[in-house]
Amino acid sequence: MQDILNYIFSSNGLFWLFSGMTLIFGFLVIANPFSRNPVTSAMFLVLAIASLAGLFVLLRAFFLAAVQVLVYAGAVMVLFLFVIMLLDLKAEERRKIKSFGIVAGLVSVGAILAIFFKSLSSSRLGGGQSPALQGDTISLGKLLFTAYALPFEIVSVLLLVAMVDVVLLSKKDLK
Amino acid sequence: MNVGLEHYLVVSTLLFALGLLGVILRRNLLVIYMSLELMLNAANLALVAFSRFNNNLDGQVFVFFIITVAAAEVAVGLALIVALYRKRQTTHVEDLTTMKL
Repeated sequence: MQDILNYIFSSNGLFWLFSGMTLIFGFLVIANPFSRNPVTSAMFLVLAIASLAGLFVLLRAFFLAAVQVLVYAGAVMVLFLFVIMLLDLKAEERRKIKSFGIVAGLVSVGAILAIFFKSLSSSRLGGGQSPALQGDTISLGKLLFTAYALPFEIVSVLLLVAMVDVVLLSKKDLK
Repeated sequence: MNVGLEHYLVVSTLLFALGLLGVILRRNLLVIYMSLELMLNAANLALVAFSRFNNNLDGQVFVFFIITVAAAEVAVGLALIVALYRKRQTTHVEDLTTMKL
């Protein structure tokens, strides 16, 4: 069993598979040539997030892969779909994308990609050739409840604030 | 050739660029929100890759916090969109020009 796992992790095929799937599904989220429906975008976002969780597993971040699937593909996307169903978005599909938007988008994205790749190629990336890190639940939980205990509590306050905000915003007579 | 840190960073960069393209190109607020989620996920991938190849678990704790904050952000943002739709019956950014002089 351990041999099989080692073989799977050491082969590069899974990396190309998951990264290709992530990028293709990410492209289909923003510019699906067949459908402009936001529901289709949301479904492809679920697939992109699931393949990103596969990349997390390849990086041995097992706990984060599980959280990614549970929180993103589960909770967040259900929230998205719920809101899409709540709104009536029939008229949105007939809108055209303006050519000015395409030109501006491609130019700015090209500029930021040039900056990224220039800095990526000119920087000396550290990192050993044989990393031994395991992001399992035990080690991450130990870190979370010792060194990061205060940020953890602050995040819980943040979630409470967000909940109060949402309850207030979704009242019928918004002042 | 073995897959290293650079490969993951290139994938993360391309995913971020896709998210940015979606934010600029699409005019529907919900799709803009989904593109923002893509950009957040690209940053998460870069953090996890750095964490793994530098043998330091702090990056994964950062990703944990980013996921939490992103969930709160989505809840608040979608509530705002629903409140906006109730008042204006649209989620198209070009129809929301009240603040234009």
